[in-house]
Amino acid sequence: MTESSGSTDPRMDRALLALHVNGERYEVAAPAHHTLLEVLREELGLTGTKHGCELGECGTCAVLVDGEPVLSCLLMPQDCEGLEIVTVEGMADGPELDPLQRAFADNGAAQCGYCTPGFLLTARALIDKNPRPTREEIKEALSGNLCRCTGYLKIYEAIELAAAEGRGEDAEFQRETLYGYE
Amino acid sequence: MATSENGAPRELKVIGHPLRKVDARAKVTGQTRFADDLTLPRMLHAKLLRSTEAHARIVRIDTSAAEAMPGVRAILTGDVLPEPFGILPVSQDEHTLCIDKVRFVGDPVVAVAAIDEDTAEEAVRRIVVEYEPLKHVASIDDGLAPCSDADRIHDYGTHDNVHKYVNLEFGDVEQSFEEADLVQEDSFYFEGNTHLPMEQHAALAAFDPDGKLTLWSSTQTPHYVHRALAKVLAPLPASHIRVIACPNGGGFGGKSDPFNHEIAVAKLSMITGRPVKICLTREEVFYCHRGRHPVLMWVKTGFKKDGSMTGMHFRSYLDGGAYGSYGVASTFYTGALQTVTYPVPRYKFQGARVFTNKPPCGPKRGHGTPQPRFALEVHLDKVAHRLGLDPAQMRLDHLVPPNSLTANYLRVGSMGLGACIEKVVEGSAWKERYGKLPEGHGLGLACGSYLSGAGLPIYWNRMPHSGVQLKLDRSGGVACFCGSTDIGQGSDSVLAYVVAEVLGIDPFAIRVVTADTDLTPVDLGSYSSRVTLMTGNAALQAAERARELLAQAVAKKLEVPAVRLTFAEGRVFDVEDAERGMTFAEAVQAAEAKFGTIGTVGSYAPPASAGKFKGAGVGPSPAYSYTAIVAETFVDPETGIVEVPRIWCAHDAGKCINPALVIGQIEGGVYMGLGEALMEEMTYRGNRNVVHHHPSMLEYKSPTTHEMCDVISYVIEDPDPNGPFGAKEVGQGPLLPVMPAVANAVFDAVGVRVDEVPVTPEKVLRALQAKARGRDPRTGPTRLPEVAWRPPMRVPPPWEGGTGEALPREGVEVTK
Repeated sequence: MTESSGSTDPRMDRALLALHVNGERYEVAAPAHHTLLEVLREELGLTGTKHGCELGECGTCAVLVDGEPVLSCLLMPQDCEGLEIVTVEGMADGPELDPLQRAFADNGAAQCGYCTPGFLLTARALIDKNPRPTREEIKEALSGNLCRCTGYLKIYEAIELAAAEGRGEDAEFQRETLYGYE
Repeated sequence: MATSENGAPRELKVIGHPLRKVDARAKVTGQTRFADDLTLPRMLHAKLLRSTEAHARIVRIDTSAAEAMPGVRAILTGDVLPEPFGILPVSQDEHTLCIDKVRFVGDPVVAVAAIDEDTAEEAVRRIVVEYEPLKHVASIDDGLAPCSDADRIHDYGTHDNVHKYVNLEFGDVEQSFEEADLVQEDSFYFEGNTHLPMEQHAALAAFDPDGKLTLWSSTQTPHYVHRALAKVLAPLPASHIRVIACPNGGGFGGKSDPFNHEIAVAKLSMITGRPVKICLTREEVFYCHRGRHPVLMWVKTGFKKDGSMTGMHFRSYLDGGAYGSYGVASTFYTGALQTVTYPVPRYKFQGARVFTNKPPCGPKRGHGTPQPRFALEVHLDKVAHRLGLDPAQMRLDHLVPPNSLTANYLRVGSMGLGACIEKVVEGSAWKERYGKLPEGHGLGLACGSYLSGAGLPIYWNRMPHSGVQLKLDRSGGVACFCGSTDIGQGSDSVLAYVVAEVLGIDPFAIRVVTADTDLTPVDLGSYSSRVTLMTGNAALQAAERARELLAQAVAKKLEVPAVRLTFAEGRVFDVEDAERGMTFAEAVQAAEAKFGTIGTVGSYAPPASAGKFKGAGVGPSPAYSYTAIVAETFVDPETGIVEVPRIWCAHDAGKCINPALVIGQIEGGVYMGLGEALMEEMTYRGNRNVVHHHPSMLEYKSPTTHEMCDVISYVIEDPDPNGPFGAKEVGQGPLLPVMPAVANAVFDAVGVRVDEVPVTPEKVLRALQAKARGRDPRTGPTRLPEVAWRPPMRVPPPWEGGTGEALPREGVEVTK
């Protein structure tokens, strides 16, 4: 269903969308050609989802759709109706951070923090499916996400810690993670 | 610093501990507000029309079709803003929008503000620009060639398309070569590469009805953006302009210039009376660039048999791109830090930067020093082989002593390079493995050093480089105001940690307000690895002054001598009787009652440079960090593909303010260096060689999780008296030795030299093929351009009676 936006540009026709995001239902009218990324940021005000290329190259805009990490810059929101979308804003339970968020914060896995939401959600999907991922499996899962600050290592360590916590193990960062090698 | 007021050693409660960053929760919850996350009521969106020509005169701009579009609110062309700008006072060569001509594919020509992004984009498409192409300049060789006045890219600079020559001589290097047992000559090439921050540049301007302008931007240097806005938008007074740097989604030097789009949205907001936002596309970020200069280099060094140097002559040729940017400083930097690692008794440096019709180059992590560091460290590796010395031991045997002056008048303070080399030698089992691994496997070692802040500001002045204001209120709240900009390195946290340590309070209780030219005292910006040292020192001074006020008031109230008071765990108490004390909030109340409202300031300016010659301003720093790296490689002889499974990195950071963040900077620096070593390059294509080869993240290759190596990080703490708590930099130094360590490891693996960065499979294969045919087993530059250097500025080194002043100039030299 579309209605005129008053623009002379026919592409500006709007789509009426009903989206389930972070457990809440949103109804919006968005330009019909806008991607899920644009709708999340510009219509729903969920600016926690970032963009680095808007061409599907960097993984920064990753969100979960029915538990799968997807690039919101390549996805049309019309295709997400009826599906459960999770953005970084949906990870914490009130003030209680997701174990992944806590681990990222504790060892400095978020430097500039711009790629962080995409990494967190991609990692969430990984450990939901595979509670005991190997380092190689983590690398494989994150290979579509670029980070220019960290060199990925602290991200792996944070994911491993959060995964261990998720398995109910007492886990803490290795000394080398926080202080370097002796 | 680690003492209480009575001089007794006090355990550091905050400094040296791996705490969270003060903004960590915001970053992991997506609540950090980056520039493009901001919106304001009635906000318009801007788009830029960029040049499709590399070098052309603008004949005509027709905006009528765009103007006729509903939803278009303003169209801006270059003639409206004739005042030029640029980061350096000597290179005011940019305009908000091109006026008479364009200088590279991507140069902005027209700006449009419209009710939404789609309309602005469509309007830009409907604008017609007619160009008259000019001869373009695509390379260092082109840039050094004579050209007609009409074809010059700029009408300033040294001559033709030469932007800058540098020619400095510290002692007679020719004589030093005669005294040498071995003279080694090499040429190297370092391809340009770019920052590739994950965040695309964005800016939002709002001109309010009272005539005041606010600009939010993803910039590393709000103070310099403020100055550029004031210059271009005059007569709007500087005091009516407020620049707020949003947290940067990665900078790496790429957001340290004032940019066209920032000024364009400011002007569009003034014209429309509405907020105007722009977010660049990823393609546009490649055009903004300011990244690593492509540099061709030649080095000739005299050595004694023991590996000590007698003298060094270094030349660099920089492809600067279309504008000045930081280029004059970059040129000096390609010759500045060769002397701070191993003693160079006599030193000569010649540098030339040319303009070319490509996106402008500028400062990227390491600014101008990674290229010569690559050359120097590979050069030393070759010499160690010729002399039959172990490359690690040769370096260890010849280190610049701490607290010394170099031939080019750089004052070295603490110097932990020896400890760094020993750590990576031990960690990598260098002695057991170097030169002894199976064919295809290799180890390579290289070192480096970097500034902890530039000794001089961008524009000449005698004011502080960094200022901090503290406000203490009777609730016990402390607010810390500073102009510094957090680009992810944790500078906001450094401020909180330093203040918390001195006042004995929780760093997470401190309100940190930064990077706002209206609210915060000037800090020059997040560049040259200056922030921890300079803002740290300013914060330290402000906090110590606050502590002094509180101590006086508490001493009176408790009837305890002020020297016996200690500040810890949110209390102020008598060290001899811990029960005798009060809460921090009560201490502030006592001080407020005694002195009135409590606020203190701190400032920092670096020590004066030892060099007094022209050009001595680039290179001096309050402290130098040191790094040693061993890289392990596997080289596939069939494909030439180089894999780097592991890097050992030891970095002398002086003292860790926060060790976890130091490790993060080491790992991030190694990562970025690995990308430069193996794959990253800004190259240009087509028959004209001026069209960007791949302005996208997919095709501009950077390391993913699959290419990133393991990093074994060691932190060496050799506290420097100039650093806050002894701290030096870590943001840039660890990148520097990665490229030469990888190239040296390739040699150890397969016996070929790739004297070029990046070390791509093609280059490795070419060298392997040359080796198989019995030719020079090397890929690298084979010729140097001819340059009519200006006469050298001669400055005798300190040990030859020099005072840091230059001798009078003599004749011209021509070199090939």
